[in-house]
Amino acid sequence: MRHSPRLPLYVTLATFLLALIACVAQFPAMLSWRVAANLLTDNAFLGIVAVGMTFVILSGGIDLSVGSVIAFTSVFLAVLIRDAGIHPLAAFALALGVSTLFGAAMGAIIHHLEMPPFIVTLAGMFLMRGMAYVLSTDSVPVTHEFYGWLQSLYWRAPDGGRFRLIGFLMILTFLLAMLALHRTRFGQNVYALGGSAQTAQLMGVPLARTTIGIYAVSGGLAGFAGIVYSLYTSAGYSLATVGVELDAIAAVVIGGTLLSGGAGFVLGTFFGVLIMGLIQTYIVFDGQLSSWWTKIVIGGLLFAFILLQKVLGWATTARIRPATASAARS
Amino acid sequence: MEQMAEPVLQATGVSKYFPGAIALDEVDLRLYPGEVHALLGENGAGKSTLIKCLTGAYARDGGAILLEGVEIDPRDPLDSQRLGIGTVYQEVNLLPNLTVAENLFLGRQPTRFGFVDHRRMKRDSARILAEYGLEIDPGRLLSSFSIAVQQIVAIARAVEMSGKVLILDEPTASLDREEVELMFSVVRRLTARGLAVVFITHFLDQVFALCDRATILRNGRVVGSRLLREAGQTEIVTLMLGRQLEAATRTPHEAEPGEVLLSFAGFGRRGAIEPFDMTIRSGEVVGLAGLLGSGRSETCAAIFGAAPADRGEARLRGLPVRLGDPREAVGHGLAFCPEDRKIDGIVGDLSVRENIVLALQARQGWAKPISRARAQEIAEGYVKALDIRLAHLDMPIRLLSGGNQQKALLARWLATEPALLILDEPTRGIDVGAHAEILNLIERLRARGMALLVASSEMEELVACAGRVIVLRDRRQVEELTGADISPDAIVRAIAGEEEAA
Ligand SMILES: Nc1ncnc2c1ncn2[C@@H]1O[C@H](COP(=O)(O)OP(=O)(O)OP(=O)(O)O)[C@@H](O)[C@H]1O
Ligand SMILES: [Mg+2]
Repeated sequence: MRHSPRLPLYVTLATFLLALIACVAQFPAMLSWRVAANLLTDNAFLGIVAVGMTFVILSGGIDLSVGSVIAFTSVFLAVLIRDAGIHPLAAFALALGVSTLFGAAMGAIIHHLEMPPFIVTLAGMFLMRGMAYVLSTDSVPVTHEFYGWLQSLYWRAPDGGRFRLIGFLMILTFLLAMLALHRTRFGQNVYALGGSAQTAQLMGVPLARTTIGIYAVSGGLAGFAGIVYSLYTSAGYSLATVGVELDAIAAVVIGGTLLSGGAGFVLGTFFGVLIMGLIQTYIVFDGQLSSWWTKIVIGGLLFAFILLQKVLGWATTARIRPATASAARS
Repeated sequence: MEQMAEPVLQATGVSKYFPGAIALDEVDLRLYPGEVHALLGENGAGKSTLIKCLTGAYARDGGAILLEGVEIDPRDPLDSQRLGIGTVYQEVNLLPNLTVAENLFLGRQPTRFGFVDHRRMKRDSARILAEYGLEIDPGRLLSSFSIAVQQIVAIARAVEMSGKVLILDEPTASLDREEVELMFSVVRRLTARGLAVVFITHFLDQVFALCDRATILRNGRVVGSRLLREAGQTEIVTLMLGRQLEAATRTPHEAEPGEVLLSFAGFGRRGAIEPFDMTIRSGEVVGLAGLLGSGRSETCAAIFGAAPADRGEARLRGLPVRLGDPREAVGHGLAFCPEDRKIDGIVGDLSVRENIVLALQARQGWAKPISRARAQEIAEGYVKALDIRLAHLDMPIRLLSGGNQQKALLARWLATEPALLILDEPTRGIDVGAHAEILNLIERLRARGMALLVASSEMEELVACAGRVIVLRDRRQVEELTGADISPDAIVRAIAGEEEAA
């Protein structure tokens, strides 16, 4: 049997289960509705950007701007609601529009000017962070009854844990993304692009439309994550969510998606986010460990997953055709 | 009859300019319904470029295309697919990271309620592939199948797309005889339905077996268009080359080979090639014959250490030697020109010059860079010797035509002046003129005392160059033919041996 494309996904699932078992073995209290509810709530915005990042990475690209887009959106919302007196719903629509257009514009630059996504989205990252500063350098609180109402929506679990709206929004995002990636032509084109853009083009994949679409999805979801973040914190702050793009990339890779594109699953990303959340929860339960341990463990996991992908890559290529002349390729 | 029919596709005055090269100069092409049209020409003549201009993969710089009398202007491959033009491109196969079914249906997946219907896609794929005699699970990744299977999938995809025109750019390069026959029968079925087919190949026998008409390109211009039943092979070849081809038949190996260079005992690799004994002498050409998947390429890869042997021993000039990876092999004076240049060989974005000196540089070690002047000298020498057509040595190698890339790869290994040169399908994708040139080159190298191991699916090629032919079947060496015993018939008999004995 040759390796199935699902193997990394199974490894992610196994990692999650192992991590869960290890946590529960030490802190039995971790196996509760309350912890589960917090896991979803606390990671809602990260989960949503990670979905967008999955699209981008699957297509062989990268989007470094998402952390800044979240911060920008949160400030944008706060300013709109406080200073312009706009209803939050209208502000949401505006924010989504702006972030989606921003993503689409980056996609268009990447495609039409043939610039590397790394550079374009790096510029996007600075631009959006700068825009957030322009709007406000201070943290802007959001006080609106509609916000209060949205924040009061939750489902109460038997032990009192609260599954809040934003957790459900994240799960909904994942479900929709699964549909979009695995069951639509657009989704198939994303994978095709990740395999080889040149081949995909000759096979009739509309490169421009797909690339622009992918970055629009990522930008739009970053905007949506910004909305969720704003609901989560009830404030907009231009210094918030620095480095979230890297967390999102980490979640995608730990979720079993190939960093070079073309292979992976949204479901994997979901568990990638949960694994990262679990580590954080463990550290909270422990109470002694520095929160930097989260970063260290995630670093280790990332390394392990990249190694795994390499090994699987070797295993397949070695079977199918003798890889030749490493000398010739180096 | 052809005179009465209207052409399905008519291209007039198609031109395409690249920086430093006129790839197509006012080319005309007419495709008639129910006909297979061969597009012939030397490497770099512009065949692939013409195809890409017709399908919109390249924007053409001039000319008009009529499809069934209506002017069309396909802007990208998707456009032409929609118009009913299915294409197998030369350099592109399919996407290895998708499943077979996804590859077959990319861009036109069956949908239910707006969503891709994977189950139906798989079912339809299995049905389509069964027509090609492939009983495989279409839900598996394309990359888990052999190159030949992938090629058939690519053909099947193009056939499914082609409502009106089917274009095949060197589709048979990695297929063996039976698969080629199968493809021919599929093409004949399509032409019976009135499709127009374009077939590009360097195998002239396939041209005469399948095609009705041929258009011959030379240096980006049409030099002639012939009905094949009225034309002879010599006429076609002369048109292609612009000169007469000297007969390439000769008796190889008048001279005695030199001393033993490499010898193997019980050498093999599990799952790839059964243990074998073999000796290769200096000044000798050893041929490896066998069907696709019989272990030809695996033998080469094991000797070169690319997929190293896990049993047996090798001796170099009598002394035990380890051939654990390509670097060691190169260090011992071995060189290997692999069959799939796209995966194993060329570094697309590097210049032709860099590609040619790559192996030499790797052997010298990167600490001692080859000066640019010397690299230029080496590259120029081989470009001339092998007649590689290019605008200049600085152009990225991926811009060369398929056959010229193959020649550049050969140049890379020749530049290392190896003691043993392993060639896996050295003439694949190379035009008739260059084909003869390469056989001559092999003979010249042999005469200079080099040992060569040549794996090929073309019996005639082995007969023409090898002093000894080893026949493989089912990953096992089954027979060795020497001297006067070598003939295409004898090789075929040895390959088929088992069935006859049974
Ligand atoms: N993108 C490009 N830029 C510059 N030159 C190019 C480009 N593509 C092709 N060429 C040149 O155009 C010429 C025609 O190439 P083409 O690939 O059409 O040849 P071909 O007839 O298909 O040859 P082969 O039989 O080797 O496949 C070659 O000289 C090639 O170097
Ligand atoms: Mg070509």
